[in-house]
Amino acid sequence: MYRIRQWSVTHSRKLEAFYYFFEPFFIRLYPLWRAIGTQRVEKPFRILERTAKNLIFGCQMCGQCTLSNTGMSCPMNCPKSIRNGPCGGVRLDGNCEIKPEMRCVWVEAWRGSKQMKRFENIRQIQQPVNFSYRGSSSWLRVAEKEYTSPDSEARK
Amino acid sequence: MIAMDENHPGKPLPKKPGHVSYGRLERVLRAGHFAITTELAPPDSALAEDVYERAQVFDGYVDGMNATDGSGANCHMSSVAMCALLTGVGYSPVMQIACRDKNRIAIQGDVLGAAAMGVSNVLCLTGDGVQVGDQPEAKPVFDLDSVSLLETIRTMRDESRFLSGRAITTPPDIFLGAAENPCAPPIDFRPHRLAKKIAAGADFIQTQYIFDVKQLKDFMAKSRDMGLLNKCFILPGVGPLASAKTATWIRTNVPGIHIPDDIISRLAGAQDQKKEGQKICIELIQQIREIEGVSGVHVMAYRQEEAVADIIQQSGVLEGREPWYPGCEDQESLEA
Repeated sequence: MYRIRQWSVTHSRKLEAFYYFFEPFFIRLYPLWRAIGTQRVEKPFRILERTAKNLIFGCQMCGQCTLSNTGMSCPMNCPKSIRNGPCGGVRLDGNCEIKPEMRCVWVEAWRGSKQMKRFENIRQIQQPVNFSYRGSSSWLRVAEKEYTSPDSEARK
Repeated sequence: MIAMDENHPGKPLPKKPGHVSYGRLERVLRAGHFAITTELAPPDSALAEDVYERAQVFDGYVDGMNATDGSGANCHMSSVAMCALLTGVGYSPVMQIACRDKNRIAIQGDVLGAAAMGVSNVLCLTGDGVQVGDQPEAKPVFDLDSVSLLETIRTMRDESRFLSGRAITTPPDIFLGAAENPCAPPIDFRPHRLAKKIAAGADFIQTQYIFDVKQLKDFMAKSRDMGLLNKCFILPGVGPLASAKTATWIRTNVPGIHIPDDIISRLAGAQDQKKEGQKICIELIQQIREIEGVSGVHVMAYRQEEAVADIIQQSGVLEGREPWYPGCEDQESLEA
């Protein structure tokens, strides 16, 4: 599992391209999800998202995915769950101060980001996690947010 | 010199134009003086006298003292309580807030209360993990992190509202601080992280211990190139090492503190290792002072607090200035 997480960071650029290729389709399909009922589609999406992202990224289902801003390294795997890392305790070898056997999530995030097209994203300030979204699908939330935003491309 | 309008313990000072706080530390920094801050170890007791005694050691040598918030994830007297005691007698503490133990509701409440007690400075930290402290069974909170904490307090101060948007009738006038560690990986990300903290509201930065001046210079040069140095005050962290054995222990057991080999061998070769450690600290302060963009130093002398006055005196960085402390005017009139 941990090896796969590192693989994802190494291939952050490909995963980024993959994500941004499919995202517009998914957003454009939002009226369909809404017609079926977002409550009803939430469960299959949640299961799909959890299975896929847990395998590839060690996803913790925070419900507000920020992987594309953090070099495909999930910040929720940081023992301090820092969304704006790294902390000052990173070991000289780049490993975590609390889990010495694990690479610092933010050392990995920096490695992944440097290869990505949207490199600048890692410099954005991340808002605190909304705890009430925990365990829910972030894909569906992104689709709803993007589709219903005033300058949505998907509705054109 | 600090003006005469500042001698009422616990009473807020007039806020100067362009200042965000009523505090003395902001005044010293904005006036362009080389500022000295230090760390006050909280007592493991319920006795106010213990706090006063620990603070008095620094009288006349520091512009601010950090009241730590369960540093190293060990339980001590809380930073809020220490600040209540300290501001009550006129000190100007820097209240540390670690995100480890409190959620956003508790933290925002503490900030309002602290400002009401006369706290003018807050240092926003993510905090050490519970696993490294004396009670590793505790539940880690980490609802916010250092950057979102900065932004939260900045919003409270500048926009008079809580994170929820609800209005605050009198906002907390807080001079906002943050920490940085120029010597920890990923080294090339550190200036970007500094930029993030400044964007989130940091007015001053206190760094982790610096023993490798070259690394600090690189960090400062990169920060300067990014245009960050005129946006906040940077106080690198320094401190005396008690012995070569202590230094080796710190290097192996405290992540994030980088001590070069030559410092350890210099300590090992000295007759009086404690004295040598203080000498190294004085030299570091003098070297760090010369670096462009440095506004002061943060002296952390855990279990060597009594040596701080001497270290600052010998480093000559105060240039005859005597930082304000409660009762200093009485002292002057007695001497006159």
